[in-house]
Amino acid sequence: MTSIRQNPSVARLPDFSSPGVWLRILLGANALAALAALAANRQLAELPGELAIAAAALEPPLFASLLLLRVLRRLLLRLPYRAGLALVVSMVLLTTAATHVLGAALAGPSNGHASLLRPLFWAGLCSVVLLAYFATRARLQTPALAEARLMALTARIRPHFLFNALNAVLGVMRSDPRRAEAALEELSDLFRVLMRENRELVRLSDEIALARQYLNLERLRLGERLQVKWDIQDCPPDALMPPLMLQPLLENAVYHGIEPADQPGEINIRLVRHGDRLLIAMTNPYDPAASPHAGNQMALDNIRERLMLFYDLDARLETAAESATGIYTVRITIPCRMKEAA
Amino acid sequence: MSHSPLRLLIVDDEAPARNRLKDLLADICAELPNVVVGEAADGVEALEFLANSINPEAVLVDVLLVDIRMPRLDGIGLVQHLAARTGAPAVIFTTAYDQYAVSAFDLNAIDYLLKPVSAPRLLAALKKIGKLSKLPDAAALRSLAPEGRVHLHSSERGRILLVPLASILFLRAELKYVTAQTRERQFLIEESLTHLEEEFSERFVRLHRNCLVAHSAILGVERVSETDGETRWTVLLRDVAEKLPVSRRQWPQIKALLKEER
Repeated sequence: MTSIRQNPSVARLPDFSSPGVWLRILLGANALAALAALAANRQLAELPGELAIAAAALEPPLFASLLLLRVLRRLLLRLPYRAGLALVVSMVLLTTAATHVLGAALAGPSNGHASLLRPLFWAGLCSVVLLAYFATRARLQTPALAEARLMALTARIRPHFLFNALNAVLGVMRSDPRRAEAALEELSDLFRVLMRENRELVRLSDEIALARQYLNLERLRLGERLQVKWDIQDCPPDALMPPLMLQPLLENAVYHGIEPADQPGEINIRLVRHGDRLLIAMTNPYDPAASPHAGNQMALDNIRERLMLFYDLDARLETAAESATGIYTVRITIPCRMKEAA
Repeated sequence: MSHSPLRLLIVDDEAPARNRLKDLLADICAELPNVVVGEAADGVEALEFLANSINPEAVLVDVLLVDIRMPRLDGIGLVQHLAARTGAPAVIFTTAYDQYAVSAFDLNAIDYLLKPVSAPRLLAALKKIGKLSKLPDAAALRSLAPEGRVHLHSSERGRILLVPLASILFLRAELKYVTAQTRERQFLIEESLTHLEEEFSERFVRLHRNCLVAHSAILGVERVSETDGETRWTVLLRDVAEKLPVSRRQWPQIKALLKEER
C-alpha cells in the first residue's frame, strides 16, 4: 500500500548559490541603503558623500553574510523553513556585528565608538525585507510551474497502444469496413482529448465516455478476452475528476492483466460517492508469478503526481496486489466536487 | 525454394493482426508465391502445429511470422524452444512497439517487422530470408532474453505441455527420450541430456551418465554398501521418495557441492 507522498514544502529559502539570488540580494540591499541615505539627507549637495558612506558601511557585512550563507546553504535547506529564516537573520546580525567591531578595531581608537545598534537595525530590516520578497516570489511562481508539469504529465500515450490499435484497424479494414470506420473515429476522439490542454477538472460522465471508447478500440483487437464490468449507479455524473485518469488506468489493466493471460479476464471499474468523497476502484487479474513491470509504476507515479497537483494532499491513490486471488486493485479517493451551474 | 511457394505460419494472439498479414501475403503472392499453412494464437499453439506437422520427407513450414508479446509462451520463448531442435524454420519477428526487443534485434541483425506492416516491407523481409541463416544464434538469443528458457516443452497426444524448469527435480535419459520428473509426474522431453546439461549448467548437476538433478532438489546423500564391498552413495530428494545413485566419477563433484552449501 502506498499513498500520496508528502507535498515538497512550498515555502523554502532561496538558493544562496544561485547567481540570480546573489544579484537580487546585492541590488536589493544597495537600493535599501540608498533609500535610507536619501531619507536621512538634509542637504542635497551632501548626498553623494552620504551615499558613499552608506555603501561603505553596507558592503563588508553584505558580502560577508552572502559568503557565509553560500557556505551554509545545504544546512539551511535541510532546516524547517521557519528555523532557516531565524538562522539567516541571526547570521546576518552576527556578521554585521563582527564586521563593525573589526572595522572599529582597524580604524583605531581615535575614531571613537560608533553605535552598534544602528547597523544592526538596518541589517535586520534589510534581511527581513529581502526574505519576504523571496517568499512572495516563490509563491507567485509555483502555479506556473505546476501548470507546466501538468501539461508534461498528461501529454502521454503509450506507443504500444497506438500502433496495436492502428494495426487492428488495418486488420479489419477489408473484412469489416464499417467497424474500421468506427474505430478510426474513436481513435481520433481519443487523441483529441489527449492533445487538448487538460488543465481543468472534467465531468465524470465525459471521463467514462472516453474510457468506453478506449475499451471499444481494445476490444477490436482483443475480442472476447477483454471483459469489462462497470459499477457506476451510485455516482453523480456531474461530479468532477481530473481528466485522463480512467484511460491510463484501464490501459495499465489491459497491458498487465488481459494481454498476458491465455484466458479471458475481467476488469472491474467502480465509481461511488461516499459523502463528500469520490471513490474510484479498478481491479484486474494478474499473474503473481510474473515479475512486476516497471511501466506500471511509471503510469501510477504519473497519476499520483497529477492528483497532487489537482488536490494537493486531499487525494489518495493506493494499490494492492493479492497474490492469493491474483487480483490487482487500484483505489483512488478524491474530494467530490460538483460542476457548478453556469 | 524459387519454384514451390513459400510456406508460412502466422503466430499472433490478435485475430485482426493475423488477418492483416494474410491480406498482405495474398497481395504479394504474384511477386513471391506463398501459402499460409497455418495460424497460431501463441507460442504453444505454434509448437503444437510444428510438432504435428513433423514429416520425414519435408518440412511443412519455411517461415514463421512471430509476434513478440503473446500469452503463455511469447515470441522470444517460442524461438528459444525452436533453437533447441534441428531443422527449425526461419523466423521473422513482428511487433507493434517494443523498444527493448527492437534494439536487441538491430544489434544482432535479427529480422523483424514493425506493425502495422506494409506490403513492400513484408516482401523485402521474405525475400531476404532465402539467403540468410535461419534462427537467431545462441548469443543473439541470450541478449534477447538473458534469463534463458524458463520452460521445457513436452509433446503429448498432439498437445504441447510447458514444464516450468523450476518444477523439475531431475532429468533422466531413458532409451530414446529424456524424462523430466516433477513432484506430480513425469514428462517426455525431446532433447538430449548433454544439450540440457550445457544449457542449464547453473540449475542442474550430473549424478551419473544418464541423470541430471536440480541443485535445489537435493536434500542430502545416503551411503549404500554394495555387494563388492565398495561404498556407493545415493542422493535423497525433496518431494519424491526415489533415491538417485551417484556414479563413482561424479561423487567428488557432488561432495564438493554439498560442502559448499553447508
